[in-house]
Amino acid sequence: MAFDKMELRDVEVWDGNFAAAQAMRQCQIDVVSAYPITPSTPIVEGYAKFLADGYVEGEFVMVESEHAAMSGCIGAAAAGGRVATATSSQGFALMVETLYQASGMRLPIVLNVVNRALAAPLNVNGDHSDMYLGRDSGWIQFDAYCPQDAYDLNFIAFKVAEDHDVRLPAMVHQDGFMTSHTAQGVHTLDDDTAYGFVGDFKPMNDMLDFENPVTHGVQTEEDWHFEHKARQHNDLMTKVLPKIQNAFDEFEKLTGRKYNIVEKYDLDDADVAVVCMGTSVETAREVALEMREKGIKAGVVGIRVVRPFPFFEIQEALKDIKAIAALDRSSPNGAPGMLFNELAGALFNTDTKAMLSGYVYGLGGRDLTKKHLTELFTELQANVDAGKITTPLQQFIGVRGPKLAFL
Amino acid sequence: MANTGWDEFEIGAMLRTFNEPIENIAGTLQEDRPYSENSSFRASVADWRIEKPVFNKDYCIDCQFCWIYCPDVSIISRDKKMIGVDMDHCKGCGICVEVCPTNPKSLLMFEEKADEEQAIANWPTKEEKEK
Repeated sequence: MAFDKMELRDVEVWDGNFAAAQAMRQCQIDVVSAYPITPSTPIVEGYAKFLADGYVEGEFVMVESEHAAMSGCIGAAAAGGRVATATSSQGFALMVETLYQASGMRLPIVLNVVNRALAAPLNVNGDHSDMYLGRDSGWIQFDAYCPQDAYDLNFIAFKVAEDHDVRLPAMVHQDGFMTSHTAQGVHTLDDDTAYGFVGDFKPMNDMLDFENPVTHGVQTEEDWHFEHKARQHNDLMTKVLPKIQNAFDEFEKLTGRKYNIVEKYDLDDADVAVVCMGTSVETAREVALEMREKGIKAGVVGIRVVRPFPFFEIQEALKDIKAIAALDRSSPNGAPGMLFNELAGALFNTDTKAMLSGYVYGLGGRDLTKKHLTELFTELQANVDAGKITTPLQQFIGVRGPKLAFL
Repeated sequence: MANTGWDEFEIGAMLRTFNEPIENIAGTLQEDRPYSENSSFRASVADWRIEKPVFNKDYCIDCQFCWIYCPDVSIISRDKKMIGVDMDHCKGCGICVEVCPTNPKSLLMFEEKADEEQAIANWPTKEEKEK
């Protein structure tokens, strides 16, 4: 292959963006079609530099919008290449129309989404509004909590997405700035090991197979549309999580780093638990340990795979918890939060007597502090002690003004 | 196909043009190509045609203008001889008539329901040029 390999130290100090860019280099992406947007820009910038410096054999396509970026990725993936890009927030929103095309056409594109709030008001900082916007788009969604995760989950994402039993695009989410621009020690893989884990791209129904011409992007009306959507849902529901588990197992054997579809921290004997995503998981873990010193048996659940939603894994993880808090970092705008609803849906028909309350926090990059979480765990324990939920079902954390609570 | 279930499709709503791998497709006549049921070659896509071209071979000089200009590849020509119009794919745009150089024209537009034999029987005669 006509490119240079890069010598990496075992531990490099990388932020989440650079970690993702390095993973994209090591996966030897054929085509990156991209349009810049804060805070994800350094990912595609990083790939472009690796390409220009001769570390990748591929194509970087500069386009005029995120809609065009994903459209370019779709074309390249349909042609039969390994394809990735990155975006955030408004760019992600502009991509939405094409996200459904990518998943419906079953093209294994990897999209690094550096989570950022959605305007208005305009805001460049991290919350999960864009991640939530993508949740019905038919993509697989992985959530990274730190730069190490952002690096590792890119390899996992390619491996799962490109599997011929899966053939679905995957997003790797990381929190804007808190992960994307915070440098931490990242344990690296050498180039050959990393590429070996992902493997050569195996085309399927590619348009560059001239002996077997195919038509991509077809139209179906009431006659066939439902069957294709049903197939896609079926594959998301039945095939993806086992493949992810296999990839996690294989990755653990290779690196010693263990990922789980649902991450459980101090949960075995816990009475109260916080369920959250992104960088909040790490803060919650720290606070849970402090709560335990105060005699509150606190635990944390991190959602590693947002879609397909790990329904049974969540049931199992939360079956003995007495009071649960679902933390949503996106304004539900007129409903309980997504996590609240998913947890309620997963637990409703089980034997659990758990009390579930929802919290909306961190919009537009507002910090979720240890003090907030200490109060939250204390409230959960108060619910346990009272045997009923003592607060409204939906509360806002960290917003200025009179206390905001509903339901 | 009508009873095909959700689990019986190839994924991605992807359609194959041919039933088998192909080679030298440019050198294979359309009727000899292994087109699949999913190819539009097998479907009539002309049902909104209002006027149709009628071909009168008596005046045709096989210049191939119609074959070159037809935007839907609906002029059937073999060994550089004009044979007729593929009425499953012709949309009735009339470009073939417009570009036909003979006098009278070898292709003329008629009502979709017009009888072809009658049309040919009543074909216009040569137009004398004004001196």
